[in-house]
Amino acid sequence: MLLLAFDTATPAVTVALHDGAHVLAETTTVDARRHGELLASSIDAVLTEAGAGRLDITAVAAGTGPGPYTGLRVGLVTARVLGSALGVPVYGVSTLDVIAADAAAAAGGREFIVATDARRREVYWARYDATGRRLDGPAVGIPADVAETIAARQDAPGSQGAPGGPGILAAGTGALLYPGVLGQPIEPSYPAAGTLARLAARQFAAGAPGTGAEPIYLRRPDARVPGPPKRVTVP
Amino acid sequence: MTTPLAPLVLGIETSCDETGAGLVRGHELLADSVASSVAEHARFGGVVPEVASRAHLEAMVPAVDRALATAGVTLADVDAIAVTAGPGLTGALLVGVSAAKAYALALGKPLYAVNHLAAHIAVDQLEHGALPEPAIALLVSGGHSSLLLARDIAGDVQPLGATIDDAAGEAYDKVARVLGLPFPGGPPIDQEARGGDPAAIAFPRAKYRDQTLDFSFSGLKTAVARWVEDRRAAGASVPVADVAASFQEAVADVLTRKAVQACRANGVDHLVIGGGVAANSRLRALAAERCEAAGIRLRVPRPGLCTDNGAMVAALGAELVARDAKPSLLDVGADSALPVTSVLV
Repeated sequence: MLLLAFDTATPAVTVALHDGAHVLAETTTVDARRHGELLASSIDAVLTEAGAGRLDITAVAAGTGPGPYTGLRVGLVTARVLGSALGVPVYGVSTLDVIAADAAAAAGGREFIVATDARRREVYWARYDATGRRLDGPAVGIPADVAETIAARQDAPGSQGAPGGPGILAAGTGALLYPGVLGQPIEPSYPAAGTLARLAARQFAAGAPGTGAEPIYLRRPDARVPGPPKRVTVP
Repeated sequence: MTTPLAPLVLGIETSCDETGAGLVRGHELLADSVASSVAEHARFGGVVPEVASRAHLEAMVPAVDRALATAGVTLADVDAIAVTAGPGLTGALLVGVSAAKAYALALGKPLYAVNHLAAHIAVDQLEHGALPEPAIALLVSGGHSSLLLARDIAGDVQPLGATIDDAAGEAYDKVARVLGLPFPGGPPIDQEARGGDPAAIAFPRAKYRDQTLDFSFSGLKTAVARWVEDRRAAGASVPVADVAASFQEAVADVLTRKAVQACRANGVDHLVIGGGVAANSRLRALAAERCEAAGIRLRVPRPGLCTDNGAMVAALGAELVARDAKPSLLDVGADSALPVTSVLV
């Protein structure tokens, strides 16, 4: 098998090729404003690096966000078109889950959250147990409110959180953008396509049908129904 | 022996609220599939960029599949992919550009990232054959009102004039709102105007006698609103048909006068009209009348090809392929303000 994976839901454009056992090639570029320029050429680059051709691809995986919409859609439309044109299944994995899969090691056996930049002074977030299994989210909210919600849930009976401990551990850039609000930052800040590929390769190898590349938007489009036209004459 | 077929070009358009996928061979239109999100924007009284972009993501692959089915071809038959790189809404453009790159990658075929305005001119070749060069083009839509000199549709297009404020289509939308007509305003105003008197109200024609080839529609829009408000304030009913007809006459009068002026000033005797407002019946009729009087040959594609669509992008792509133009690179971006002088990016 040859699985092509990519994520464009954060400032990182990350692309990887996976053969079912190993990541064959991986490239990540952090540039929030150039997703549209970077993705296709990064795909071309990993194929070249792995010595593979477009027709060797047997599955596609894409990070489905949540994340800033314009960048997110660059990845999702690319995944849909590649799936359709190559006739291969497409797997969608939440971007926060991809970050969590790598963050579990850094969390050292503790519960943690993943929080990424949702702009407008908000973060996208989800809460995970020590093994990286999602407990809450994904959701979008104001950092202080998110911290309050998490603290309450971590301290709940039966939770693995440590009341009185050093507080929340947070992967993703959320804790870096809002220092002192969202808890203690842990690695990684961005999703790695190699990890996304590993998660999706498992599904593909198990014969799971493609899940498609459905965006996790979490917000409605910003639009207001206008009132009556403004007067141009003085009444 | 049979003549070899011209290359098959897939064109993708997502600059505003239409997701277009078209298939063209040379000057032959094989399929033109358009999915519009206009109904989702209607209640907002204008195109909401994020609503349009979300709709593009959902409509993209189905639109291409429909075009392929209509043409009776498969993706394997496609020789090149063309896409609108700008001008337009950034988020909307990026969906199409990303999709086009993915098709190019998956099919191993060249990509041509092209200019939306030049595509509006090139589409006429699908109806009326090779474009005479040079030609003057009048492009009027909700986003653009421009006069262009096309010396070479594949490489040399120069701006001669443009609106200094609202686009003509924008004025239609705003006047429709004042009159209580739905969005987009073009079709309902055209419809109402049929029963009205175009000479009933003397609405202003801005920049009518100046020597520039620029337009201004903001004052006209305000003049209509003022007239309607005064009428209502006086407790009188608003003659919607007369207002629509008189407004439409003012728009068509200015557009066609300047288009003829552009032809004369440049010694060009071919005029092409494109863009959504080119579907307007009064603009088409007045342009025909004035071009005939001035000895100018008028070319206007049928209304379905004037509004945004993928066939126009494929038409320009086919022209570039035919002329062995160098394909775009995979790292080409979308440019919301792409100048018309950049036909191919």
